[in-house]
Amino acid sequence: MKNKIYKTMDDAVADIPDGVTILSPGFSGVGVPRNLLAALNRQGAKGLTGVSNNAGTVDENVDIGTLVEAGQMKKMICAFTASTHPSQVTPFTRMYNNDEIEAELVPQGTLAERLRSAAAGIGGFYTPTSVGTELAEGKEHREINGRMHVLEYPLPGDYGLIRAWKADTAGNLIFRLTQRNFNPLMAMAAKVTIVEVENDIVEAGELDPDHIHVPGIYVDRIVRIPEDGIWI
Amino acid sequence: MAEKVKLERQAMCDRLAMEFQDGWIVNLGVGMPTLCSNYSDSSREIINHAENGVIGYGPLAKEGEEDRHLVNAGGQKVTPLPGMACVHHADSFMMIRGGMIDVTVMGAYEVAENGDFANWRIPSRKGGGIGGAMDLAAGAKRVFIAMEHTTRDGGHKLLKKCTLPITAPGVVKMLVTDLGLFEITPQGFMLIEHAPGWTPEEIQEQTEAKLIISDDLKEFRFRA
Repeated sequence: MKNKIYKTMDDAVADIPDGVTILSPGFSGVGVPRNLLAALNRQGAKGLTGVSNNAGTVDENVDIGTLVEAGQMKKMICAFTASTHPSQVTPFTRMYNNDEIEAELVPQGTLAERLRSAAAGIGGFYTPTSVGTELAEGKEHREINGRMHVLEYPLPGDYGLIRAWKADTAGNLIFRLTQRNFNPLMAMAAKVTIVEVENDIVEAGELDPDHIHVPGIYVDRIVRIPEDGIWI
Repeated sequence: MAEKVKLERQAMCDRLAMEFQDGWIVNLGVGMPTLCSNYSDSSREIINHAENGVIGYGPLAKEGEEDRHLVNAGGQKVTPLPGMACVHHADSFMMIRGGMIDVTVMGAYEVAENGDFANWRIPSRKGGGIGGAMDLAAGAKRVFIAMEHTTRDGGHKLLKKCTLPITAPGVVKMLVTDLGLFEITPQGFMLIEHAPGWTPEEIQEQTEAKLIISDDLKEFRFRA
């Protein structure tokens, strides 16, 4: 069996080049691959495109916003390109207002389905979401079963940075509660999938095959979060 | 003449929650709508759905009882209930677009008499915050809105036509404000309950759209 286990977060992201697309999951601070993002921040790759639910928060925890603030991101594709509260000014907001970063705003369910389509080898899908709004302008429309839909395209990534609860040496992953969110989709939509895991990596065969959320064939690299890692 | 009372946010959300029926799957938006979950009625079971893929979660976790892996759509730590299930984001939105959500409650900047509403972008600010709002608006069986009746400067929010970019056309079924409860009918806003002390004429003065006054107009109900 191919060895997928990397000793450190830094080793696992060392070869990520400039200019690639990074899929970065997490929702409301849960299931965020903070250790891998911190390593990518140290590694210093630039000109990256990020796909994430939001473009960072106002809190101090490492997330995609850390790379935005460091000038590593060229573009963000996310469901929030403005904070829900005008008072919450993130590094992204400041840079976006100054035209220092590009952004594409995508409804959250469309973002999820575009990732799923990329993983599933589907060329796109029609959704009623956003019909009649500014976001549907310029998109192909089609009436299906009496209802108007818009065409949306797949959203693949070069590298997926994933946070999991349990993993085995084959790369099989299990998530816990709302940690799952975008993690399985991004693990499956990325060409190279790198996982930080909260528990000791167990031998293949020790996880129940019926309880696997992401099969190991999608997973390339796994790193156990160290004791002094980021556990939030 | 009775004293004029503007409704508190909790009372507004309680009133919408009174409309939830036994067995409904309910999605509460971030902010004020989460207050709907404080209204309890032991005669019915409500199943909470949140965009981040949790179905059947319970009340907010007390201090010391939080689970760092379990949050609602607003990032609040919540508690598990027996029967709770978790899925990934694509499956969560499959439920939303697939018609499994009986009602979604959201906040809004504006609601129009044709059922359009706007809650994601203010043109003077760059970018927007959609989150799951457009999917929920397009996919839920019903959209309820909870918002203040006017802006801080007294500007109108119940309009003939939205001035801000809309979230979805023609979907709002019910609206509660600090002045009353409204149904969106094919003819426009119908005032069905008024805040204590407010006459329909006084509420109309705070409203750009022409109000239809229900034949069965009542004072606002604080409890079922």
